[in-house]
Amino acid sequence: MSGNSSYNPTGAVEKWFDERLPIIRFSKEHLMDFPTPKNINYWWTFGAVLAFILVVQIITGIVLAMHYVPNSELAFDSVEAIRRDVNYGRIIQATHAVGASMFFAAVYIHIFRGLYYGSYKAPREILWILGVLIFVLMMATAFMGYVLPWGQMSFWAATVITNIFAAIPIIGDPILALLRGGFAVDNATLNRFFSLHYLLPFILAAVVGLHIWALHVPGNNNPVGVEVKSSHDTLPFHPYFTMKDLFVIVVFLIPFSWFVFFAPDILGHPDNYIPADPLLTPPHIVPEWYFLPFYAILRAIDFDMLFISSKLGGVIFFGGSIIVLFFVPWLDGSKVRSGNFRPLFRPFYWLFVLNFLMLTYLGAQVAEGIYVLLSKVGTAYYFAYFLIILPIVSRIETPAPLPASISESVLGKAEASGEKG
Amino acid sequence: MASEAATETTRRDFLYVATGAVGAVGVGAAVWPLIDQMNPDASVRALASIEFDLAPVGVGESFTITWRGQPIFVRHRTEAEIAEARAVPMEDLKDPETDLERVVEGKEQWLIMIGICTHLGCVPLGQKPSDAKGEYNGWFCPCHGSHYDIAGRIRKGPAPKNLVLPPITFLSDTIVKVG
Amino acid sequence: MVMNKSRNVFKSLVLAAVMGLTGGLTGLAQAKVVGLEAELQKWSFAGVFGTYDVNQLQRGFQIFQQSCASCHSANLMSFRNLSEEGGPQFSEDQVKALAAEYTIYDPELEDGERQAVPADRWPAPFQTELDARAANSGALPPDFSVLAKARGISQKFPYWAFNYFTGYQEGGPDYIYNLLVNYGEPPADVELPDGQAWNNYLGRGLAMAPPLGDGFISYDGEGVPETLEQYAADVAAFMMWMAEPHLVSRKEMGFRVLTFLFLLAGMMYLVKRKIWANVKH
Repeated sequence: MSGNSSYNPTGAVEKWFDERLPIIRFSKEHLMDFPTPKNINYWWTFGAVLAFILVVQIITGIVLAMHYVPNSELAFDSVEAIRRDVNYGRIIQATHAVGASMFFAAVYIHIFRGLYYGSYKAPREILWILGVLIFVLMMATAFMGYVLPWGQMSFWAATVITNIFAAIPIIGDPILALLRGGFAVDNATLNRFFSLHYLLPFILAAVVGLHIWALHVPGNNNPVGVEVKSSHDTLPFHPYFTMKDLFVIVVFLIPFSWFVFFAPDILGHPDNYIPADPLLTPPHIVPEWYFLPFYAILRAIDFDMLFISSKLGGVIFFGGSIIVLFFVPWLDGSKVRSGNFRPLFRPFYWLFVLNFLMLTYLGAQVAEGIYVLLSKVGTAYYFAYFLIILPIVSRIETPAPLPASISESVLGKAEASGEKG
Repeated sequence: MASEAATETTRRDFLYVATGAVGAVGVGAAVWPLIDQMNPDASVRALASIEFDLAPVGVGESFTITWRGQPIFVRHRTEAEIAEARAVPMEDLKDPETDLERVVEGKEQWLIMIGICTHLGCVPLGQKPSDAKGEYNGWFCPCHGSHYDIAGRIRKGPAPKNLVLPPITFLSDTIVKVG
Repeated sequence: MVMNKSRNVFKSLVLAAVMGLTGGLTGLAQAKVVGLEAELQKWSFAGVFGTYDVNQLQRGFQIFQQSCASCHSANLMSFRNLSEEGGPQFSEDQVKALAAEYTIYDPELEDGERQAVPADRWPAPFQTELDARAANSGALPPDFSVLAKARGISQKFPYWAFNYFTGYQEGGPDYIYNLLVNYGEPPADVELPDGQAWNNYLGRGLAMAPPLGDGFISYDGEGVPETLEQYAADVAAFMMWMAEPHLVSRKEMGFRVLTFLFLLAGMMYLVKRKIWANVKH
């Protein structure tokens, strides 16, 4: 980790400063000189994209909080006032709302990249666990943010999701009242959600800091999954990866801007333009698209299992679908990281991707007929992938031969040994 | 060979500098909306100027309206009050201003001022008939005892300036636009 | 060997799953049709280059003012909006005169009311929800402010998926148009409750009687047909503007932003390529 820095303070002031607070040394070491595998592909740029979106969300969020009123009587109108009257308000509000979707789009790519290339395997288990924690924090933040405009979908999302806690035996109802600060979702709920929605992103940013720290201990994984063996395998982070990441960030901004400027409401639901009405449930409640796979899992359990009611069962599977991610490093026992060298793993992985997309689609459909059956199949495969397929495949699979080093995979055997010599 | 390398370098440098410049423009353009959003919004700007009708205000009456969140004092002065205000010699004034400088020509009976004491920002008394009007028969600020005369000029007390005049235009005989 | 076999098995599994999925979906989509399918209109404000048609917005305002506004509120619209850039663009004097025709209830004033000014919000036809319901046989006429964005049409797969690329945001006006032009007689087997009017588009009765019909409102000038269809399109366009008053400037800015991003992306690509030129990776 250390020793990569080529920082040589010149001059007395720099030296004096460096001895007391080596922040320039630290930055140079971790933002510029950090040795990064030269073969990492474009799927690896989404970490930087995510960091960028987090900054965008925090800045636009702070701006919106200058105009937003967290009061159940005024919240809806205050959001509309932002859109109508605040200078550039329509754009800033749309950026924040679309930004949440973009955040999840990028994080799903980031997660699925990790799942394919085995980025969760030793020595990167903590890195992975911190990543799952970030995902959980993102979901909580996004959910509470969605409640703030206080439209019909906001209100009923808050009602339905807080009701999940009522499924817990015995203490469920007191917990529900505690979370809502009332007997139903109301002004108190809105106020605490606003407070927490403002707080959580900063906790999230702190965990991102740990995530990057944990990344910089072993360094990046890479598409062949072979550890860095020599300096021939790496390039300094700057300018090679800073510029590559910036390029991708700019490209990513194109669809982002497309939605912000030309279709700002398409990712949301029209019902959220109806002010919250506690006496009238919309005919068809759907969460934002990024929650749909998990919502499908929640709804798939519509049957009692022994003494577990279907309600509690749904909640257990819903929670379990996230919790299982924490254990992936130990469920997949294969020593080979990259899916590129795992012929038996690959088809199961791609089926998992398809299955996840199917669950996304199913989460938005009315829970009846064939959709219910498909949701159950999808849920079963989701869990089977982690709990059965990954452990078994890693035992019976014969992986393809790995290259000896990153350089070898890039240059071919002969050239690599030549370069070494 | 050497010149080739040199052109290569310049071309590359040009690309980097140009990209950096374009990127900087983009960052600037993105930052501006985030700053401008703090400026008064459209609903506030819409109330930057207001119009009101003086017709219902009888001679010797006062009324107060709100403009940009501040009280505006309107007084329909009597002939006697105007005469009184004009008779004050300039050397008696802390902030010398003639009465004519404080009203619109031809509309001397209408005194329209921002009702905020120039000392520390309290709202002076004197608008209601029952209010204390101070020693000069105008307005009196109870916070620190500033006395204003019937032209709104500071006569006694800690306030440094006369009551401030808002920008006004008479749109017709009785319709006034403030702001 | 193992690898090939498993791959084949999975290919067929995936294929079967996909086929089952699409088959099931089409079957279900066909089973659930209530009312008519929405007839999509050509809106001047649709698409990437779309802007509001000022004349249409002015006509739409006329319908709103003369017909809708007697029951429906528009609490988030201010008079001043009517003269703002990107809207119906009435002159400021016209808006001032218009506002002066309305009374604002202001409990802080001595006599409780005053003339409206351009900065005021559009006054509601009823003071309270109870008043509104009492005057409308129990039904509450929804507020118009963002109604055009609070309604949408349902589209079958895969048509809705294209919307993400075409930027289709006109589901609200399409809904309003189709609702307004499709009032009719209920089917023989349907018994409508008192005070309800049958709507073929919704496939059910609703509390609002047909508000518009041919010749109901006379437009100034020539050339614009005074038909139900024209009225419906005009008022739907006006409602879209009311819900999204900054649509035009938003799209204009979007153009500048996207042009800039394509330029910067191209330059960043060249920079990246240049930096990586001597690296094999």
